Amino acid sequence: MTEAAGGVWQAAYIVAALSVVLSIKWLSSPVTARRGVFAGEFGLLFAIIGTLLRQEVVSLEWILVSMAVGAAIGVPLAYLMPMTAVPQLTALSHAFGAFAAALVGTAEYYREPVTGFKMTALAIEIVLGFLTTTASIMAFGKLQEIIPTRPMTYRGQNFVNLSLFAFALALGGWMIYEPAPSWVFPAFTGLALLFGVLLIMPIGGGDMPTVIALLNSYAGAACCAMGFALENRLLIIAGAVNASSGFILSVIMCKAMNRSFTNVLFGAFGQVQAGGTAQVAAKPVKSATAEDAAQVLASARKVIVVPGYGMAVAQAQHKLRELTDALTKRGVDVEFAIHPVAGRMPGHMNVLLAEADIPYDRLHEMEDINPDFAEADVALVIGANDVVNPAARHDKNSPIYGMPILDVDKAQTVMVIKRSMNPGFAGIDNELYYMDRTLMLFGDAKSFVGEIVKELPAVG
Amino acid sequence: MSNEIEVSLYVLVLAVPLGLELVRRVSPLLHTPLMSLTNAISAISVVGAILIAGSGTAPTLSKVLGCIAVTCSTINIVAGFLITDRMLKMFRKKEGSK
Repeated sequence: MTEAAGGVWQAAYIVAALSVVLSIKWLSSPVTARRGVFAGEFGLLFAIIGTLLRQEVVSLEWILVSMAVGAAIGVPLAYLMPMTAVPQLTALSHAFGAFAAALVGTAEYYREPVTGFKMTALAIEIVLGFLTTTASIMAFGKLQEIIPTRPMTYRGQNFVNLSLFAFALALGGWMIYEPAPSWVFPAFTGLALLFGVLLIMPIGGGDMPTVIALLNSYAGAACCAMGFALENRLLIIAGAVNASSGFILSVIMCKAMNRSFTNVLFGAFGQVQAGGTAQVAAKPVKSATAEDAAQVLASARKVIVVPGYGMAVAQAQHKLRELTDALTKRGVDVEFAIHPVAGRMPGHMNVLLAEADIPYDRLHEMEDINPDFAEADVALVIGANDVVNPAARHDKNSPIYGMPILDVDKAQTVMVIKRSMNPGFAGIDNELYYMDRTLMLFGDAKSFVGEIVKELPAVG
Repeated sequence: MSNEIEVSLYVLVLAVPLGLELVRRVSPLLHTPLMSLTNAISAISVVGAILIAGSGTAPTLSKVLGCIAVTCSTINIVAGFLITDRMLKMFRKKEGSK
């Protein structure tokens, strides 16, 4: 191939790198976000076409077949998954991407002997790729509830995990020192795969937002390492942008729970208070019917809705939209308060409410809406628990002490839709439920909201 | 240190703060689409997969692994972009308006 053709793929890579950067830039606002997706697709397309034009690529048939197979699996995956399953789908998609990165590393390793710097980059790519693969599959299993979402712990777990990781690092170091293929390589990949599983085992469903963001970061870092191994700067740029994205999101999630990285990864949240729930269950709560709730809501001026994972599970977002419409028609101001870690991935609630056609200017972040609770007549909590627990503000013994929460207890009336008095996922009791101003609405979120909507016309 | 590696390191050193800055500006409203979009973009590792799968010199084992990697990253790309777009289509500002 000629010099000129060589220039073509390089130009394509530069366009691709620019598109990737613009893609994330445009995603910053909902107004330009779809343009961002388009830019991303454009970037990937240029990257692929540019690569296919390179002279190193001599046979195309199998590549095109492999791509067709991938597209045939990917398209139905994206269209058949319901919106509530976005966290699972993202985890699964991560698993595929990371596995691809790991396989490229493996293939590169068996292709020709590599040494020094390149081997180091390859080892990093392989370890991150494989551990992200199994960790993502585990996260998928927990989100889909194939695997119990409860943290699975045993004595000495952290010690086992850390020594395993240290052993993997040692093997990695050995491979860099002695790069000829031997038993070390399969052992190294095996350890990476195993470590991914062990890493997710002790992590509970409530911590999934942090973990998914972290896995996103790892996948980006693996891509970046591949860029170093292949001397491909496009991969370095895209990988670095990705890794930092995942990293920032997981830091935001950690802050929103007032916990450190190490605490999320090694803390096994939710085990601490398992014993403390029995004695409080006897305290009296005020429960109310849909009719009572409709009455209170109809006479309110301002209602703030706090959705949580329970809303997603019950698929209550569409009924909630009906309720919002009915109340808005009556002149009630309905706003939504979104806690950063509500749901199973960052921004999960926003997507579900948008799916139900609730305009996004009604959705407010925690810092913006917290002062408004004092003026709200009703705070309606749907399937949220820990993020509204006032114990986080004052009870030093509570495992969630210090976590920023939505101040729903400051509202005139608090209504909580909940299946039963069973403590939430983390097993922490919530004093909010025992307040005088709190009405407990027991039932399935979707049908209960539906009943309130039905009762509304009868009131006033 | 070779010249190639040096340039790559410069690229990394510039790309990381750029990524951090870009992502910090994304509204929390769009964090889920952000994750699925970056998820799709990270599948740019398909480039490496194609280079291996289409190589004339690589051993068969490497080529087979490369083809599997192409399939996996294509799944990642297609699913990532489609789901992101599906989500973003749903975000709208006011009743009735687009």
